[in-house]
Amino acid sequence: MKTICFYFQVHQPFRLRRYRFFDIGKHHDYFDEFANRSIMRKVAEKCYLPTNKLMLDLINEYGSRFKISYSISGTALDQFELYAPDVLDSFRKLADTGCVEFLAETYSHSLSSLKNKDEFSRQVRAQQKKIKELFNYESKTFRNTELIYSDEIGAMVADLGFKTMLTEGAKHILGWKSSNFVYANDINPKLKLLLKNFQLSDDIAFRFSNRDWSEWPLTTEKFVWWLDNIDPNEEIVNLFMDYETFGEHQWAETGIFDFMRALPDRIFSNSNFEFLTPAEAAKKHQPVALLHVPSPISWADEERDLTAWLGNELQDSAFNQLYSLADKVEQIDDPDIKRDWLYLQTSDHFYYLCTKWFSDGDVHKYFNPYDSPYEAFINYMNVLSDFSLRVKNKLMEQSLFNEKEESETTEIKKLIGAYQKKIEELQQQITSTATKTASTSPKNAVKNEAPKKDIAVPKKKETTISKKKKDTVKKVEEPKKAKASTTKAKKPVTQTATKKSPKGNTKKSK
Amino acid sequence: MFGWEFPPHITGGLGTACFGLTRSMAKRQVEVIFVVPKAFGDEDQSSVRIVAAEDIDVVEASKKLEEFWKNIKYLEISSNIVPYVDPEEFKKIVNANQVEILEENGNSSKKKFRFSGKYGVNLIQEVNRYAVTAASIAATENFDVIHAHDWLTYPAGIAAKIVSGKPLVVHVHATEFDRSGENINQNVYDIEKRGMEMADRVIAVSNYTRNIIITRYGIPENKVVTVHNAVDFSNHVDHEYDRGVSEKIVTFLGRVTFQKGPDYFVEAANKVLKYNHNVRFVMAGSGDMLNRMIRRVAKLGIANKFHFTGFLQGTDVNRMFMLSDVYVMPSVSEPFGISPLEAMRSNVPVIISKQSGVSEVLKYAIKVDFWDVDALADSINGLLNYSALSNFFIKHGQEEVNHLKWGNAARKIINIYNQLTN
Repeated sequence: MKTICFYFQVHQPFRLRRYRFFDIGKHHDYFDEFANRSIMRKVAEKCYLPTNKLMLDLINEYGSRFKISYSISGTALDQFELYAPDVLDSFRKLADTGCVEFLAETYSHSLSSLKNKDEFSRQVRAQQKKIKELFNYESKTFRNTELIYSDEIGAMVADLGFKTMLTEGAKHILGWKSSNFVYANDINPKLKLLLKNFQLSDDIAFRFSNRDWSEWPLTTEKFVWWLDNIDPNEEIVNLFMDYETFGEHQWAETGIFDFMRALPDRIFSNSNFEFLTPAEAAKKHQPVALLHVPSPISWADEERDLTAWLGNELQDSAFNQLYSLADKVEQIDDPDIKRDWLYLQTSDHFYYLCTKWFSDGDVHKYFNPYDSPYEAFINYMNVLSDFSLRVKNKLMEQSLFNEKEESETTEIKKLIGAYQKKIEELQQQITSTATKTASTSPKNAVKNEAPKKDIAVPKKKETTISKKKKDTVKKVEEPKKAKASTTKAKKPVTQTATKKSPKGNTKKSK
Repeated sequence: MFGWEFPPHITGGLGTACFGLTRSMAKRQVEVIFVVPKAFGDEDQSSVRIVAAEDIDVVEASKKLEEFWKNIKYLEISSNIVPYVDPEEFKKIVNANQVEILEENGNSSKKKFRFSGKYGVNLIQEVNRYAVTAASIAATENFDVIHAHDWLTYPAGIAAKIVSGKPLVVHVHATEFDRSGENINQNVYDIEKRGMEMADRVIAVSNYTRNIIITRYGIPENKVVTVHNAVDFSNHVDHEYDRGVSEKIVTFLGRVTFQKGPDYFVEAANKVLKYNHNVRFVMAGSGDMLNRMIRRVAKLGIANKFHFTGFLQGTDVNRMFMLSDVYVMPSVSEPFGISPLEAMRSNVPVIISKQSGVSEVLKYAIKVDFWDVDALADSINGLLNYSALSNFFIKHGQEEVNHLKWGNAARKIINIYNQLTN
């Protein structure tokens, strides 16, 4: 039996609001609440809810014979929680059937795999944790943002413990090879690779409603006939696409839902295919070869490369500036900053900066809230400027706080040490006098114990008092520090004032 | 071809455009007779034959003209229609013209008219005399198509068409709405509308202008064709200029009139200066709104960072571009707008209003609505602060403007001629 493997991508970015440079340093709400909510609601009504219902119906109808998989970005999950809990519920129902595999990906649908391994790992773990929380599901298969893959990324994914990864069956990588086999990573052959059959996938995702397409209209007969006519030796057809294909990219009126509703039956009755999830498919089929991918590929555009997100000067500049903050953000423990850090990494922000309008301009425009990449760039950089200011300030705050804490604890420790010494000395004195008295009269020994306590108590009091004193002393010192810093801050002001004054003079002289 | 000016005697973009266009047409074996009101003798005649209207004997060309003459005879001039002229120059022109003007009754016996060839107080009279002369030229010269540039020459074009029966193309470089906003001069509007109606084909310099022609003048869509302007930088020489100031410079260069949106530039400057002290703004040019702009700048208290240069000419214009880090053209209504291309040629990133024809041909430019001061300020700041963006524009901008060739425009226009003559 050959395998048909469906994977659907579910993703929504947190779109930025129009953020002007005069907002920098003043407002830290970067996201367009209205747009994000309304787009999520629109897509929920048109796609997520009806399609989830359709998938659930199909699973109920065919039992465990119909299987699918989803990769849901953390940002999409966050938006479901915020704006569309009904969608979340419908995914839970799908999860409960056991016929659905949830894939792991980066939390914010980011390009971190290309830049920062630590950040990448953190995001993958965060998304897995979220999936576990929401669906009680342990994801085992990995899918990178936009199916971006290279030998190195694959090795990195294998290091994270994944056995299977999905990517594009890019022509320039495969050459004469077919995407309809399982392959393995070039560096770590334990990682199995499922490759998208872009012909058959895009027939559904992109061409389904295109009346200029010679094969329009696409029927299940035609589609299953194509499936039946793949090379007899080939084992697996991977149909990878955006979930929004259903009802959003291809409207309900195009018949896309009817097509999907009828497809399983047609496959069961007219073909030698079974539905498997990616993990099952990878278990069933053995890799036929290593796949050599020295530089990253993706599933986007004609080139199947990264140029939709990176490559032009604007994209590279924004990308590098963003990730120059990675180490700093890592040191920060602030939920708002952590959240914004994730949301700013979403690949969509870099997609908006793409300037190759000609070949794939239409698709790009469809997904783009900005009039031009320049507008998008200015907006993103304004936000990033504010964000890096916040990161810097927070770090300063934290380091001051840490220093304070450290110095306090060391001082306290010193004090404690000093007093312990004193106590020991006194105790020694007491014991020495006690032994003296004990030698004279054993009865007094009992009496002596009480005064010992009496002596000890006031001493403890003394220590606490002195501590307090020290505290107040410190408090007095603190304002001094603060004053020092304010005078420092004031200095430039006075400098500018003195700078200004000669100008004033010249004006007067005029 | 009827024009009002020809290099080197130009006051605006019209003469330059006519020159670039005719030169490219000559290369494609189109013979052009270019009629101007007054020739100075030093015009570049390498690709066109310049005919000065004042050298032409005016004969009573045809009775057909009578009705036409009746229509235009009584038009009076009013001062706000004067294009391309700043106030100081305007006075000079008026003074000069008072000496030159000969009062004539129009269609009469054989005589020559004298033309100033300038835009001034007796403009409408000149336009009318020019039309009568045009009729004489049309009766004597041999040609296939009549091509009239802007409203000043439309009556001439119409007259020539009536006399010769040859097809008329009117070329709209600007409309009355671009010059005056909503307070249009009705006489000028009427002349424009009649020219477009009488024309067999109307050429607009941009889709933006084409749209105005269709909606505001009621000209049928299929008669109006867009042919974008181009630029010719073949004689451009780059000079290096040392800056006197360390700050970045943001420049507005053009007539300081309602049409060019100088007030939006001032307001945006004010916003930027509140947050960014490492920048200076320059308004180069003069016009009827200049004094108001100076007052506004003073009132906002930004005069120490906002400078006025007055009217710039020749190498000073180039120099201003060389000194600039950002060029802004916030025009309220701009049929085309050549100056951003000159800025880009000098490696200056540009911000242009969406209400300009040039925004239709440029990719490597930031486009904003002229009224959106926040967006304008944000774009200026973005170009100043994010070097990746300005470098991107500098890298690709020059190549882009160098590809805007008059040859493409000429080819389209020749195509129109062929349609009309076959």
